[in-house]
Amino acid sequence: MKTLTFTAAMMLGASVAAAQQTELTLGLQLEPPHLDPTGAAAAAIDEVVYANVYEGLTRFAADGSVRPALAESWDISDDGMSYTFRLRSGVTFHDGAEFTAEDVKFSLERTTAEDSTNAQKALFEGIESVNAIDDTTVEITLTEPDGALLFNLAWGDAVIIDESDVETLKQAPVGTGPFKFSNWVQGDSIELVANDAYWGEPAKLTKATFKFISDPTAAFAALMAGDVDAFPVFPAPENLPQFDADPRFNVIVGSTEGETILSTNNQNGPLADKRVRQAIAHAIDRQAIIDGAMFGYGTPIGTHFAPHNPAYVDLTGLTPHDPEKAKALLAEAGFADGFTTTLKLPPPSYARRGGEIIAAQLRNVGIQTEISNLEWAQWLEQVFRGKDFGLTIVSHTEPMDIGIYARPDYYFQYDDPVVRAMMSGLASMSVPEDRTAVLQAVQRRISEEYVNGYLFQLAKTGVADVRIKGLWENSPTQANDLTEVYWEE
Amino acid sequence: MRSLVIGGLLAGTFLFAALLSFVWTPFDVTELDIAARLQKSSMEHWFGTDHFGRDLFSMIMVGARISLAVALVAVGIGMGLGVPLGLLAASRSGSLLDELIMRSNDLIFAFPSLLIAILITAVFGPSALNAIIAIGIFNIPVFARLTRGGALSLWTRDFILAARVAGKGPLRISVEHILPNITNLLIVQGTIQFSLGILAEAGLSYVGLGAQPPTPSWGRMLAESQTMISFAPHLALYPGIAIILTVLGLNLMGDGLRDITDPRIRRTGR
Repeated sequence: MKTLTFTAAMMLGASVAAAQQTELTLGLQLEPPHLDPTGAAAAAIDEVVYANVYEGLTRFAADGSVRPALAESWDISDDGMSYTFRLRSGVTFHDGAEFTAEDVKFSLERTTAEDSTNAQKALFEGIESVNAIDDTTVEITLTEPDGALLFNLAWGDAVIIDESDVETLKQAPVGTGPFKFSNWVQGDSIELVANDAYWGEPAKLTKATFKFISDPTAAFAALMAGDVDAFPVFPAPENLPQFDADPRFNVIVGSTEGETILSTNNQNGPLADKRVRQAIAHAIDRQAIIDGAMFGYGTPIGTHFAPHNPAYVDLTGLTPHDPEKAKALLAEAGFADGFTTTLKLPPPSYARRGGEIIAAQLRNVGIQTEISNLEWAQWLEQVFRGKDFGLTIVSHTEPMDIGIYARPDYYFQYDDPVVRAMMSGLASMSVPEDRTAVLQAVQRRISEEYVNGYLFQLAKTGVADVRIKGLWENSPTQANDLTEVYWEE
Repeated sequence: MRSLVIGGLLAGTFLFAALLSFVWTPFDVTELDIAARLQKSSMEHWFGTDHFGRDLFSMIMVGARISLAVALVAVGIGMGLGVPLGLLAASRSGSLLDELIMRSNDLIFAFPSLLIAILITAVFGPSALNAIIAIGIFNIPVFARLTRGGALSLWTRDFILAARVAGKGPLRISVEHILPNITNLLIVQGTIQFSLGILAEAGLSYVGLGAQPPTPSWGRMLAESQTMISFAPHLALYPGIAIILTVLGLNLMGDGLRDITDPRIRRTGR
């Protein structure tokens, strides 16, 4: 009898919650390894905590623009060497500690420290010192002018944390955001609850649950059964037409920062030869890959840059699908009979399916590929860190990441003084037109050097209950900002 | 007898398809035609096309080759190593060697077979060859046990005693007298292991540890069709049916063979 009453009470509770609709369950494909975005590169971390739990001095808005967050406003010195940020007052961390200029100093110095494990450490290397002038004023001094500082500070890697929480951040994050971390069931879900003491406009949701479902079939079933309310990046594009036809769901197709490329090991055997890489570029039929692997979702790209960015140059015309030209180039490079290389594929369907299509396209021009399907951990180990690969397919989802072409030790090992010179010049420019000109020059250069096979810009293919409003349509950074999300009555 | 004929016909059909695929398939299975993807059955594509526009009928044919080859070689490994081990153990029954052989077999038996196979392919990398080795290894104790059991009951028989009196050594007796008398046992078990091998291969390639793309395999075809099953059920249906029919055929064959070769069953008139 007691159990019965208890069950009844639970059911009652559940139905009341359903009527108010202030709880949201969001499906994600990957579970984060931990929850400290300042300590690892995993996109899955920011997909849970960015703008929800942690905030930085600045932040990305849904349209990709940089907005003030914990910094109310700022002044830039005339020489561009120092930034003075005025911080919001009355901001507290989730544990009650007050947010002050000292926290900013601590967080940024931790990022740039010698032993920092920050994944984007290079972005902040130009910071010479961070001074807390008073409780609500911080001055950042640079070694040279950096026009991208405000943009870089908006990254999830530059969020502000409290020194006393450093040890426990990975399991129990404490930030200043509109949501507080509540519970993490490893392998299943993470729960956030609304932060009543939030400094800004409070979140409309009272509770948000991130549920991790890696299998696309299970993701489909979970949405259909209502176990999850939305899947911001639904892993199986082939199912989208079905959701589209179903009045219960909204299909949200937006843009992401994910340049999906046939990453080429520029130091590996025949692939070190520019003519071979050009041959590969001509052997690829981008539209066939978009249709076959993504069921039509995606925009062809000809360089490593997002098409929705104003500085984008459309270079797809440089390498049209031309198998005959590819064969001729291979012959010129001394591989008339083709060669064999490896093609290592991480789990997402753009890679697994795209890989089979590319393998067939390369086979048509005489290049044989040994396909091996890897899990993410193996891929990071063998390809990203070990650089033991010929070709791989991966989507680079960080915003404005063309700077990786200036890093010869990056996994595709492209070593080009020209690009390095351009990129180091870029750092000291703050006039937008100049920056655009340089970015376009770099785009052309890497495209003409055929560094990687440029395939398509990953589309953000989200599925959500029609009553949910306020989800980001595009993905200017790796995030699921729930601040504005609410259920429509 | 009837089950032998039906089973033989089923298994034979797939064997024929597998052999034929070496010289002819309706379409090239490595040729993608994205524009023609996800077609239903038609005169041109008998079983329709998959999500890359490949001809499903051709893929089933080549898949049959992979499945049968992997299972056959795996059973071959199991027999080739298991039978001699079993004969050796029986000829030295009760000795330390016997214990050693049979206890190590128990060790392999103690693990679920597919689990070992996944372990092996995960460690040595996924490929058809490693799948063969993995499936072969867990076939060894099956044959070793069967052989030892059959051989032990023979060792007490008079004709073996006669052979010993004639001065033949244990090795010669095992090969000349024991082995021919347990062949029927081995054939029956081999047929059944063959069908289990096909299932195991399908299971391994389903989780991505079997033959790697672009080589078609039934298990992977099933895995890839999973998200499309609601709008293109034929992608899962045909490889699924192929697996069922092959396994069913081989099992029926095994049953039929046992009925024919087992004297005890024959006497009771079944």
